[in-house]
Amino acid sequence: MFARSHNLGAALLLAPLLLLLALAYGIPFLGVMKWSVTLPEPGLGQYHALLTDPLVQSVFVRTARICALVTVTAVAAAYAIAYVWVRGTPGQRLAAEYCILVPFWISVLTRAFGWVALLSNQGLINTWLRATGILDEPLALVRNEFGVVVGMTHFLIPFAVFPIASAMRALDERVLLAARGLGASRTRIFWSIFVPMTMSGIIGAALIVFVFALGFFITPAILGGGRSVMVAELVYLRIFQSPDWGLGAAISITLVLIVGLLTTALFRFLRPSQMAG
Amino acid sequence: MQQSRRAAELKAVGIGKSYGAFHALKNLSLDVGRGEFLTLLGPSGSGKTTFLMILAGFERASRGQLFSDGIDITDQPAERRSSGMVFQGYALFPHMSVAANIAFPLRVRRKSEAEIKRRVGEMVERVGLQGHEHKLPAKLSGGQQQRVALARALAFEPGVLLLDEPFSALDKSLRGQMQAEMKRLHEETGTTFVFVTHDQSEALALSSRVAIFNHGELLQVGTPQEVYERPGNRFVAEFLGEINMLPLRDIRPDEGGAKGLCEDREVALRFAPGEARGEAILAVRPEHMSIAREPAIAENSIPVTAVSSTYLGSAVRLDLITRSGSRASVSVPMEAARFALEKGNTVWLTWPAERGLILPETV
Repeated sequence: MFARSHNLGAALLLAPLLLLLALAYGIPFLGVMKWSVTLPEPGLGQYHALLTDPLVQSVFVRTARICALVTVTAVAAAYAIAYVWVRGTPGQRLAAEYCILVPFWISVLTRAFGWVALLSNQGLINTWLRATGILDEPLALVRNEFGVVVGMTHFLIPFAVFPIASAMRALDERVLLAARGLGASRTRIFWSIFVPMTMSGIIGAALIVFVFALGFFITPAILGGGRSVMVAELVYLRIFQSPDWGLGAAISITLVLIVGLLTTALFRFLRPSQMAG
Repeated sequence: MQQSRRAAELKAVGIGKSYGAFHALKNLSLDVGRGEFLTLLGPSGSGKTTFLMILAGFERASRGQLFSDGIDITDQPAERRSSGMVFQGYALFPHMSVAANIAFPLRVRRKSEAEIKRRVGEMVERVGLQGHEHKLPAKLSGGQQQRVALARALAFEPGVLLLDEPFSALDKSLRGQMQAEMKRLHEETGTTFVFVTHDQSEALALSSRVAIFNHGELLQVGTPQEVYERPGNRFVAEFLGEINMLPLRDIRPDEGGAKGLCEDREVALRFAPGEARGEAILAVRPEHMSIAREPAIAENSIPVTAVSSTYLGSAVRLDLITRSGSRASVSVPMEAARFALEKGNTVWLTWPAERGLILPETV
């Protein structure tokens, strides 16, 4: 009886969110789905095009490559930050906390332009390299995949820190002591005990980063300079610049399906509460 | 099976540990003999675990020195000391199978695969885990996990095995079983065991010697019989089991022992510290006392009345009060209890001279 009314209360509290999701996402999603099979003519033609069009294919391959790279670099960096955050001295912990929190306060646009200021031909890095005589010609650091990977990694690191830190916090300190007592060196303990025992956090973080990265739009648009188009930007181009709504919609639906599959995998490794750290 | 060739001998000299102004350990000196089973016993916060952590090398002593087989190991980190350790809660590697857990210290020492395999097989057999080698720790019962922890800690034939309250998570019947197994492992391996517990019956049952801690001090070290029968002070006497304490006055030496007045009756003590004079506490374990209808001739006796009784099955526990208002308890057969419990009957509480102890009034 009690449990029932408890469930009812929870349902009532969740209702506004569910309603908002239905109105703001559910209905438009159905609309997009409809476009993908009706424009310009009814049928699965757009999905066929998606599987055969070399341009679309190359964008999907590039997106996968960038996302994979970003996942590896962001998770590695997040692992180091989480390690300091969880196991560092009080001063190091505070520093790590700022590293994690400050990026959240700066808009994605500002951060992307910040990287342009650093990486462009007239940017800080290239100016310094030439001023010191290390290089004659500027290094191509932006308007290419490198710039995109740097910007996206920077944006996604904080999201990867939380699941990793959560796994590190859950680790029983005595297990590490036991390994030491059994004669293991610090390197050995890190690689054969600490990393495997925090693997759930690593996998969770990797999935979060990969899923987020798949739908990235602003950062690749600015730092890729139109040369490293990713899937989200392709959708934008198809819908706003060439009136090819059907293909744009089909790409969107495919992206949503991939993200859905990955999210399902994510929930197998992590309970949602773990992501909040 | 073969005796460990390298059972270690430990020596702690003036070990102290402070956390800021808090002294967790005060000036502790203790020798642990080769192949001995020493128990560190005390209530929580008494410093016994801190001392174990210093022995293991996980904590650094603030003062004093530590020797293993005569070599100064005070500053040696845990990973180089090669002492086996069993933690409270076992601290098994959850992502490794039973066999991989046991093999870990051997792999760290870069033993050959053939030797690792042989040694792991030997340890698995020794702790009775055949058929569980490929399971993860989470699939095992508490007692089985405990066995894995023991096997892992002993796999590399450490000179000393340190155990931090290893049975605290087990239920009572399993505890008894594991205690017997640990005793057997100690005999089979011949390794020096240092065991931390707050359970006095466990300490008395297992150890070759017991070291009793309180408030960061080592109060007494001795065989279980020594510390139980000849506690050096009131804390040790009370911590090791029930004990009756009665005020004693007019103490004077007598033929190597002492005499004194208890409840206005002269009582004799076979053993007494030489300096015993004046007033002190007379302590006698309940199992060394009995009750009688008349004062005993060859034993000490004082008049008491029964206050209440508790039925224990094999005996009855009687709670008694003396004329001066001191309380005592004793376990006696049913018939003896019946007379004492009849209203108003004065009975005599008796004990032999060699069972009485003099404890200093303070501490």
